Amino acid sequence: MVEQNKILDYLSHFVLCLGVAVVAFPIYLALVASTHSAQEMSQSPVPLWFGSKMFENYYSILTGEGSGFNSRLLIGRMLWVSLVMAVGVATGKIVISIMSAFAVVYFRFPFRKLVFWGIFLTLMLPVEVRIVPTYKVIADLGLVNTYTGLIVPLTASATATFLFRQFFLTLPDELTEAAKMDGASPWRFLWHILLPLSRTSIAALFVIQFIYGWNQYLWPLLISTDEQMYPIVMGIHNLSTGGDTQVTWNLVMACAILAMLPPALVVVGMQKWFVKGLVDSEK
Amino acid sequence: MIAPQIFIVLVFFFWPAGQALVQSFQQSDPFGSSVEWSGLDNFRALWQDESYLASFKTTAIFSVSVAFSGISISLLLAFFADRVVRGKYIYRTLLILPYAVAPVVAGIIWLFLFAPSIGLLPNLLVNLGIQWNILLNSNHAMILIVIASVWKQISYNFLFFLAGLQNIPKSLIEAAAIDGASVVRRFWAIQLPLLSPTTFFLLVANTVYAFFDTFGVVDATTKGGPGKDTAILIYKVYFDGFKAMDLGGSAAQSIVLMFIVISLTIIQFRYIESRVNY
Repeated sequence: MVEQNKILDYLSHFVLCLGVAVVAFPIYLALVASTHSAQEMSQSPVPLWFGSKMFENYYSILTGEGSGFNSRLLIGRMLWVSLVMAVGVATGKIVISIMSAFAVVYFRFPFRKLVFWGIFLTLMLPVEVRIVPTYKVIADLGLVNTYTGLIVPLTASATATFLFRQFFLTLPDELTEAAKMDGASPWRFLWHILLPLSRTSIAALFVIQFIYGWNQYLWPLLISTDEQMYPIVMGIHNLSTGGDTQVTWNLVMACAILAMLPPALVVVGMQKWFVKGLVDSEK
Repeated sequence: MIAPQIFIVLVFFFWPAGQALVQSFQQSDPFGSSVEWSGLDNFRALWQDESYLASFKTTAIFSVSVAFSGISISLLLAFFADRVVRGKYIYRTLLILPYAVAPVVAGIIWLFLFAPSIGLLPNLLVNLGIQWNILLNSNHAMILIVIASVWKQISYNFLFFLAGLQNIPKSLIEAAAIDGASVVRRFWAIQLPLLSPTTFFLLVANTVYAFFDTFGVVDATTKGGPGKDTAILIYKVYFDGFKAMDLGGSAAQSIVLMFIVISLTIIQFRYIESRVNY
């Protein structure tokens, strides 16, 4: 703090409170909506305080019973698919990025530069711009409706490879030489020296990639045609538009809360890593 | 060691990109039974297709509004968050929550807030004499997707601005304060110029976000409607390729998009290379 300025302090808190109110209000309202019955939610104006139907709503979406709800859309199954996908994408990305960064930094092999630029180019091609042809590749390989088809195409990551490459380059050469002198094989060097040193980067990256994997929408929309393979984010969308009947906002919002809960817990619980991962990996 | 990465990159990046390139020069029927070469016809068709040009315009309006309002709101919040001492973590935690929300879910929540007849905000707006209906009024639909997209992106921008502000040496601010510069003056003369690399990075990042990551928001709320008034480019690629089954046209659109991303990335890297270190 440079100077004491009471008015400015109050102004700061006022603006921040306002910002937080605007940012958090939609989430709060979704939470409130998920605790009311369908009737209460179809009246205008919608309630602004918590209702009493919370357990009924969550019970009915998790088991698919009651409330005239489409019982084949099992939210539990969707949450599981999302979890597998998010963990798979995050783990896959980290493993292959560490391996290729390790190779690029510590080994001399032919076409090293070419490989490096090849990875670099992928930075420029987000999944979204090449959906049609990538979908065709997956379909040709017979991977539609499989976890492999959902996860593998999303795991190549130039940003993660760069992050690890930058980090490996900052480590002193003496470390490598000492390991060599002691007769450590490359694998042992990677496993016992590099991995423990990059723990913070790994944690940070995991948080970011977990959220990335969890929130994927367009890709599963194409790959998952079987309801058994719907991730939660896609399931919600089908709920909110399914059929000609009135949208049951209370249940849709309950699903929305369930869908945002795991990533929100990860973000809040691992806030330190999250902030580090976000700011580091994009620079 | 590098084999897995190379494999994935080749199979899922270069192969599809190559196929898109090839497809964009071909004309095929929806079942893929007959394929013929058509040269640049697909691209020429794009330039003559009014709905594609309209989609370009929509995307431009959309991404400029998202980037501009997202960046200014976040900068304002980050500036004040940098000043406060008490309650810093609570503010930060609450402000980064939207990052965890998927674009589709963000879209649905805002759709709920803006739902005709039961939504909270239309009910407030009626008092001001505005009949809010995203299904009929394309301006309303556009405002809805902009708000939902900005809301989701605030956390991201906020964290970068906060990190940027905290990297500015305190001595600079103090020196200016001793010289009698007011808070506002210090912001314009010191903090904002020193933040320019961050701002530029966020400008590119937000544009890319508005171009590609907002598919979920659009699909969950307006589905490109009313008519085609909120069909941004990425939504059109999806719609033409998978719903209208015009594979050649969709591939040509993908190629155009790839060029846009590549040029944005190059601009970004050139700028970072030449950026001034204070």
